[in-house]
Amino acid sequence: MTAPVISAERLTKRFPSVTALDDLTIEVGAGVTGLVGSNGAGKSTLIKILLGLLPATSGRAAVLGRDVATDGPHIRARVGYMPEHDCLPPDVTATELVVHLARMSGLSATSARERAADTLRHVGLYEERYRPIGGYSTGMQQRVKLAQALAHDPQLVLLDEPTNGLDPAGRDDMLGLIRRIGSEFGISVLVTSHLLGELERVSDHVVVLDGGRLLQSQATRDFTRTTQVLSVEVTDLPARRGDDVLAAALVAHGLVVRREGRLLLVDIADDATYDVIRDQVADLGLGLIRLQQERHHMAELFRPAGDSA
Amino acid sequence: MTSSEPPAGLVRPSRSDGVIHDIGYRHYSGERLDRGYITRSLFVSSLRGAFGLGRSGRSKILPMLLASAMALPAVVIVAVINIGSLDEQPLPYSRYAIALQLVIAIFLASQAPQLVSRDLRFRTITLYFARPLERIDYVTAKYLAMTAALLLITSAPLVVLYLGGLLAGLPFDEQTAEFAGGMLGLLVLSFLLAGVGLVFAALTPRRGFAVAIIIVVVLVSSGAVNIVAAVAWEEGAFDLAGWVGLLSPLTLFDGAQVWLFEAESSALISPPGTLGGVVYCLVALGCIAGSFGILLARYRRLAAT
Repeated sequence: MTAPVISAERLTKRFPSVTALDDLTIEVGAGVTGLVGSNGAGKSTLIKILLGLLPATSGRAAVLGRDVATDGPHIRARVGYMPEHDCLPPDVTATELVVHLARMSGLSATSARERAADTLRHVGLYEERYRPIGGYSTGMQQRVKLAQALAHDPQLVLLDEPTNGLDPAGRDDMLGLIRRIGSEFGISVLVTSHLLGELERVSDHVVVLDGGRLLQSQATRDFTRTTQVLSVEVTDLPARRGDDVLAAALVAHGLVVRREGRLLLVDIADDATYDVIRDQVADLGLGLIRLQQERHHMAELFRPAGDSA
Repeated sequence: MTSSEPPAGLVRPSRSDGVIHDIGYRHYSGERLDRGYITRSLFVSSLRGAFGLGRSGRSKILPMLLASAMALPAVVIVAVINIGSLDEQPLPYSRYAIALQLVIAIFLASQAPQLVSRDLRFRTITLYFARPLERIDYVTAKYLAMTAALLLITSAPLVVLYLGGLLAGLPFDEQTAEFAGGMLGLLVLSFLLAGVGLVFAALTPRRGFAVAIIIVVVLVSSGAVNIVAAVAWEEGAFDLAGWVGLLSPLTLFDGAQVWLFEAESSALISPPGTLGGVVYCLVALGCIAGSFGILLARYRRLAAT
């Protein structure tokens, strides 16, 4: 195991009215790490602290082996940051902006021009990069924000809600880019979202924050196994409700089943789960209306475990 | 070359006739320069920006017009000195800036917001502070850029006056001494006005608002001070008339340079005695340091948001 890219130890940040981070201890390795949490979970605060822009109330954190409290400029020289909010001046071109910001990261004028051209191409901006940013679509603006974060070839990029405001196709493109940054470019990524589903697709590891506390941190593989769920809906029998009968039968076969109205939510243990459901539905003579793999929303992670049927 | 590493893969032949070759991601192994370089780069780009250089054609018009308006009277004066064979400068070096305060104020009010409000309005400031430069580097670069821009447009006419004066055969020693004093005075003025302009520009992301405030603070205050001084003088309150100049940047500068460089004053009455001179200089110095401090404090809040 190589040294962690990010480590935080008992990190706490209190604002006058709210505790944004509460005794948070995490370690983030190389690769793509998803940081999931609902709004106000402390994701953006954590990023500000990691960049050395906001002092922690207590606890320590290190990025690329350097202390965030004392080594801010060094960290920021090797880290890229894509903010959640709009941050692009409309009256300059993408090329001008990225060249300027690359210089602000310490690159010479010549290097800055080369890197800007390279990164804009990598994020998928070609001829548009010579036009003022004001005329760009949201998707293109997000790409410029990403390009400026990559312009100085950082070892780590912190991406705050990069899919915000994008349509489904734009979302897929952005997630694909993030995956490439982590694999092809060899740059570690910490990417935040309030949607677990989209981070599952691109992350090697997922960290879940809730109310400034660490809720879960594990490899996406483990995560997916414990959280993937099938929703099942069946027709009724003449005398009894179909969902009652099926739920009892599935529990008898060792599956974890939760009820949501007429829907049964079945945790996917392995591929055999599908077979068990199919066989039980057939054996009981039920009609199968729906068998669907669910995309998770954050809310489901927070549901108490005692909800099973 | 920015990259010593070979491309991650050979050029992949594209299936169609497309000519975009994916040469893969190249890492940058070149030099990463320090905060000093970054601050200098920001200074240079901000200074250029104050004159519309590196920006759209439209944004060059106003600063260039103002720079010309600033220099034109000097050209006329030089012509008059040479043609009319005057034996001294009709408008002393130290009074040139005050005489053209309207132009200077418009330049400051239009370009100070250009230098700082844009980064605030579009929240680009976040991208700066996510980079190695620190708050103080940003403020220093912007402060020096605004100061240098003011110094450039105010000192160019003085150079014209000086050279034109020498050409007309005005006494070299006297001219050189007065010119040097005038230039040093402009340095004080530029620092003073840059501070005032940037502080008010940094307080609001709204450009129009910043423009209005700066005009009021620079021009209206100077007008008000002159009126109060005139009334006080009429009433025989000479001390009050001498002290009231502390309340406006332009009259403050005038009082300070009168004492520092024995410059000819534009005011009705100069600051009273040595004490007055010292107080004027200290207040000017305090304003410059205070502006810098306020900007630092302002950006401390902004850096964390």
